[in-house]
Amino acid sequence: MSQATSPIPARHLLQIEGLSARVVTEMIDRAQAFAAATDDAATPLRGRRLVNLFFENSTRTRTSFETAAKRLGADVIHFDLASSSVKKGESLLDTVRTIDAMEPDFIAVRHASAGAPAFIAAHTRASMINAGDGSHEHPTQALLDALTIRQRFGRIAGLRVAIVGDVLHSRVARSNLWCLGTLGARITLGGPRAFVPESFCGFGGFDVRVAHDLPGAIEGADVVMLLRIQLERMQQGLFPSLGEYHRLYGLTTERLKRYAPNAGVMHPGPFNRGVEISGELADSDRSLILQQVANGVPTRMAVLTMLHEARRAGR
Amino acid sequence: MSSLLIRGARVVDPSQQLDAQRDIVIRDGKVAALTEAGRGERADRCIDAGGFVAAPGFIDVHVHLRHPGGDASETVETGTHAAAAGGFTSIFCMPNTNPTNDSPLIVRSIIDRAREACGVRVYPVGAVTKGLSGTELVDFAAMRAAGAGAFSDDGRPVATAEIMRHAMECTRELGAVILDHCEDLSLTGEGVMHEGPTALRLGLAGIPRLSEAAFVMRDCALSLLTGARLHICHVSNAESVEVIRWYKSRGAPVTAEVSPHHLTLTDALVATGTNGRGPYDTHTKMKPPLCEESDRQALIAALEDGTLDCIATDHAPHSPASKATLFDEAPFGILGMETAFPVCFTEFVAPGRWTLPWLIERLTMAPARAVGIDAGTLRVGAPADVTLLDLNGSHVFRETDLRSQSRNCPWIGSTMNARIAATFIAGRPAFIHPAFESLGICRG
Repeated sequence: MSQATSPIPARHLLQIEGLSARVVTEMIDRAQAFAAATDDAATPLRGRRLVNLFFENSTRTRTSFETAAKRLGADVIHFDLASSSVKKGESLLDTVRTIDAMEPDFIAVRHASAGAPAFIAAHTRASMINAGDGSHEHPTQALLDALTIRQRFGRIAGLRVAIVGDVLHSRVARSNLWCLGTLGARITLGGPRAFVPESFCGFGGFDVRVAHDLPGAIEGADVVMLLRIQLERMQQGLFPSLGEYHRLYGLTTERLKRYAPNAGVMHPGPFNRGVEISGELADSDRSLILQQVANGVPTRMAVLTMLHEARRAGR
Repeated sequence: MSSLLIRGARVVDPSQQLDAQRDIVIRDGKVAALTEAGRGERADRCIDAGGFVAAPGFIDVHVHLRHPGGDASETVETGTHAAAAGGFTSIFCMPNTNPTNDSPLIVRSIIDRAREACGVRVYPVGAVTKGLSGTELVDFAAMRAAGAGAFSDDGRPVATAEIMRHAMECTRELGAVILDHCEDLSLTGEGVMHEGPTALRLGLAGIPRLSEAAFVMRDCALSLLTGARLHICHVSNAESVEVIRWYKSRGAPVTAEVSPHHLTLTDALVATGTNGRGPYDTHTKMKPPLCEESDRQALIAALEDGTLDCIATDHAPHSPASKATLFDEAPFGILGMETAFPVCFTEFVAPGRWTLPWLIERLTMAPARAVGIDAGTLRVGAPADVTLLDLNGSHVFRETDLRSQSRNCPWIGSTMNARIAATFIAGRPAFIHPAFESLGICRG
């Protein structure tokens, strides 16, 4: 792996918003290189430490970061929140200071509140990786999604991507909007009005339109990205029921064949069979879900490596 | 019989349409005379106020002193010092305390503590409902007799139209005014900032304009129906302005206030932060939230055409520890008294949009009229509540300029073209800016 100066403008990855097409493309290129590599001889992060600070449960993302770090030779510490002093009422600031005393080089943080990684970054010398902050962003997810799309179609610019579901509350949707928009994709957001307000039109200055019916959202799409519908949103009264959602917006093999017969289907996982996606479709050869999962570790290896280079370059 | 002469200031008193060099003669805590400069009046003490503007002490009808129960963020003592540091000599303090100010005992407690502090006149605002529960009305007459200056459930809306109607029927009899925090909590939901493009980008839950406007409509309609005086607190958006304008045109006895932060700041600041604090800056989190530039322009125009009557700060102290957290979790509110005049002068008078007398009127006569107190004037016989303003030069507002116990002020680090030089209450100094400690005591 070359010792090239990292183009990442700072020593954190908090969001895709603000990254140039050049930087995003390089991150995807580096992820692709890790995905294609057949051995792990290089351990550029030996002696470095990653702390996984997950305030929200997520076994799969946490494990993905852990695997990526270990394959690069780094040590990993899990901050176990179930029994942590956070539950005893310790302030976030005091928690961060305690962790900072462990001298981590990288902190991967997932939190239910937007802005948490930015807040923590202001109080630590470590490099922050946002593993998902509230409804704000989930940058590594968008990068692995973009990698998956590029592997399948060879490009992103000009591709028609539909993102269907609860966009308003989705950090995956926002990061994908920034990532795919920056790379020149044409995006349609689809779903009920409570989940996909008109104000998303032209998001970020990109080619983004909004449709409130499934056919309008996915017609002619190259990629259909589905988002998980949370039961609690129904319980808050934003939309009637999971059944009603499936009736109007659920993607089935038949609907895909009718409106977007050549499209690849993606989902950040975990997915609700029978709600946003039919089980049959999830298991079919139209689905790119397993490729997304496989791309998680190489993408995070690329991010860790590039942040490490940024730190060494003094940022 | 002690006397004080404040000599050589430019006296700006909108209540007398006065803007001229005058010497202010004060005897027994009252304005005895405003004489032509250099007439050689004798006094026991004399202050050389040449180069300053002298105005009636400002009136803030929306302040949180956090007493009883909130002394981690402010006390009556520190809050009144903050008031005096901002040139305010009369303030109305809100009842969302712990316990709620819903009884004459608590009204008296606040007044007693204020008397022991620096002299700022504190008018406790009694709750409309006991415990702010929205179900049981307080003893309005008893609270008025104990010294309550107005009534409000501020912090919360008055829960139902029915309760508000009956409260108004009571306050109408007393000639009292209800200060109204308008908010439909169901529309606010989990919102933490204005529902707009910035919230959409930041992934923060938004509060739609209608949350405020719907209750402005409800309560203006009730005011028209009952004939009770209503004062709308912290108007924040263009929708609410339109509603107030319409109900005023139909003769509803409604007044309204707007805050310095809603006149000068927008929701874009949540993404950029104030004075280098970065995105998700909790010094930009308050209720009602900062809205968009179009709302800000509508608020300015509404103050100028009289749809909004006066400026009030909604001074809301929160301890540094409570604000040093995630945006979602931080309490709503920022300080306001110490910076109100400097911010409004810098943003509107210095560039020439407003005149100085007009701004001073929005801080003196206009709030006095809204809450029905005889204050905000330097006419002969009035209490000698005087604020001296220094409009020379520009200064960076610093944390050390605050007198509040808290620090949640977005203007720390901002450059201002005005500052309060000194504040007198009944002729006694309640605040003197450190830069003017000697305050040119003149002989004879």
